[in-house]
Amino acid sequence: MTTEPAAQTAGSAPSEPGGTGGGESPPSTSTSTGPRSKAKVSFADATFKNVTRLCGFLLLALMAAIALFLVLKATDALGDNKANFFTTETWFPNESGNPRFGIAALLFGTVVTAAVAMIIAVPVAVGIALYITNYAPRRVGDALGYIVDLLAAVPSVIYGLWGLAILAPHMNGTQLWLSQYLPWFPWTPLGGAILGLAFGLIRRAAPTGSSSVGTPITLGVVLGVVVSLIAGIADAPDDIGIFSTPSGQVGRSIFVAGIVLAIMVLPIVAAISREVFKQVPIAHKEAAFALGATRWEMIRTAVLPYGKPGVISASMLGLGRAMGETIAVALVLPASFGISVHFLEPAGNTIAANIANGFGDSNDTGRGALIASGLVLFIVTMLVNIAARAIIARRAEFSGAAS
Amino acid sequence: MSTLTAAPEGAPVTDKLRLHGNKLPAFALPVIAVVSVGVSLLLYFATPMDSEIQILLLSLLLFAAGQTIASSLIEGGRRARDRFATTLLIGAFLLAMVPLVAVLVTVISKGAARFDYDFFTHSMRGVSARDHGGGAYAAIIGTLEQIALASLIAVPFGVLVSIYLVEYGRGRISRTISFFVDVLTGLPSIIAGLFIYAFYLIVLGAPQTGFAGSLALIILMIPTVVRSSEEMLKLVPNELREASFALGVERWRTILKVVIPTALPGIVTGVMLAIARVAGETAPLLLTIFGNDSINNDPFSGHQSALPLYIFTEAQKPQSWAVDRAWSAALTLIIIVMLLNLIARFIARRTKV
Repeated sequence: MTTEPAAQTAGSAPSEPGGTGGGESPPSTSTSTGPRSKAKVSFADATFKNVTRLCGFLLLALMAAIALFLVLKATDALGDNKANFFTTETWFPNESGNPRFGIAALLFGTVVTAAVAMIIAVPVAVGIALYITNYAPRRVGDALGYIVDLLAAVPSVIYGLWGLAILAPHMNGTQLWLSQYLPWFPWTPLGGAILGLAFGLIRRAAPTGSSSVGTPITLGVVLGVVVSLIAGIADAPDDIGIFSTPSGQVGRSIFVAGIVLAIMVLPIVAAISREVFKQVPIAHKEAAFALGATRWEMIRTAVLPYGKPGVISASMLGLGRAMGETIAVALVLPASFGISVHFLEPAGNTIAANIANGFGDSNDTGRGALIASGLVLFIVTMLVNIAARAIIARRAEFSGAAS
Repeated sequence: MSTLTAAPEGAPVTDKLRLHGNKLPAFALPVIAVVSVGVSLLLYFATPMDSEIQILLLSLLLFAAGQTIASSLIEGGRRARDRFATTLLIGAFLLAMVPLVAVLVTVISKGAARFDYDFFTHSMRGVSARDHGGGAYAAIIGTLEQIALASLIAVPFGVLVSIYLVEYGRGRISRTISFFVDVLTGLPSIIAGLFIYAFYLIVLGAPQTGFAGSLALIILMIPTVVRSSEEMLKLVPNELREASFALGVERWRTILKVVIPTALPGIVTGVMLAIARVAGETAPLLLTIFGNDSINNDPFSGHQSALPLYIFTEAQKPQSWAVDRAWSAALTLIIIVMLLNLIARFIARRTKV
């Protein structure tokens, strides 16, 4: 969508043969203008061009510097580390002479909170985008879109404050309810069946076209059997479900943090999905209506298949944002270490939150360790973002060819 | 679409002339709504759930289910599915409004407690944990100065990069730059803080000042500014450029005198949104400006405070006075950010017409 400035301005390049300074690709523009004019490029013109180019290169340098200095500072601390950085769950980098720290618990918390956020946010965001683009009148839709965008305008520290003071106490009831009535979810045949059913329904709502896994019901049955087999083989105890609370406590949990994150990524996913759904060719929609489709059938057959790559990449951008979110999580989660599958218990920590909480009272090694964890976060979010951009780029080529 | 051919079979044979088949009677939906609210209220009192939001959620689910069942009995499966989807989509929208309204209402009601003259004229100097006084003057000054400094550097830089991308950039290099602008957009804000810490504070040995915070904010502002002004520059019609070239105007003058002025309102909008985004950033400031209870008007020397950081530190204190201050600061911050947003929208709208 956004990554082709060349195509946009190719026509606007009359007789600009470059040849000024570095000149990375002057000949490529000459195709648009017939004669290779020897236009004199004045000094001012050349200077201006080089200034803008310098800024571009500075931006690349900035990116390189970020990676370089994170690596540089992280290696010192990693060298002092007496434990395995990738498998250790604890974080004691400040003990002089014996710093031991590992990313495992933090990475787990980061991924899980972000995953919870995405499970909540993506369906809601897609629903909002669909409603705005396909149900609401245009004027109303614009206003509603603006209201959803307002969610993104609220600073993250305020979400954190709200999550800590308002949401967490209010969620206690829900969390107790879940732990009381659904502690078996999802590692039992029933839980697996529900998961499979949901998965199948989502697949059917947005068909891929090719391989069909089967109907939602068969999928549910299969997944239920598989899950119960695995649980049986692993001899899992009863309190392994994600809603169970062996300690009997609920509170500022991964679940609550996930909800706060979901609220924060919702406007991002909704905004991008909205743009994608707006681009669905009107002919596709009208064709579906002309064949007698109801509005939902039109969405299923025309809008969702067209918008699916966009929604996926929007979700991944949201995922990157959720994983990197710092302050809200730092305020909500109690910053404990250890990997726990009980998502309702007051426990958990993320990489970013740990940096925010631990930075103040760390020594040099401790800060180096935090930078090392930041490097991991940097790499993970960058990979997620690049994957998302790759999907968008593929999409842009496709739609460019179509239009 | 195989279901389409089988569609009319649901309609009764008695009334062949009706195009739409049977419809739910008008009273059905209100009845279903009332029943679902009633049932969820019943569950609210019977089971240990004690949040009002759950009533809303549950009623919505029950309403969707009841409506679908009724519709599938009377109107047939396809229409029932359509109704179900419609309800869910509207429900998604209502669901998203809950946190927005809740956050705004809470911030306004709780923030009003300390939203007074003292709050805006006093710093936290000498305010001990038990005291109820103190204010955010130092934090507000810090935030304004840091944002101003950051914008001063990030905006020209970002606009220049976008000019390069749109007006000059061809081939691999500009594509690479464009790609890394995207990557920078997704950079977690705490990483920007870590980088400034590792580079500016450790390697260069600079002290923690407001300016260090600005540097971190610059990293977060640049990609937003580049992206938005790039979009705006692309919208400038090529005819304007060509007309200017035809008059013999040099390229750089064309860009500065024709292209930029045309795109200026859009660029300003983007800049305002970028500032609004950055104004609420806490994480990078945490590592770079350190916070300060006293008033420090000089961003280039000594620790400074900032509004988001102030909220963060006050919120973590156990005393209720501190939490009150945090809410009032949150209200202040939200007002600043929303004002910036509104100004941006206002500029954008005025230019669109």
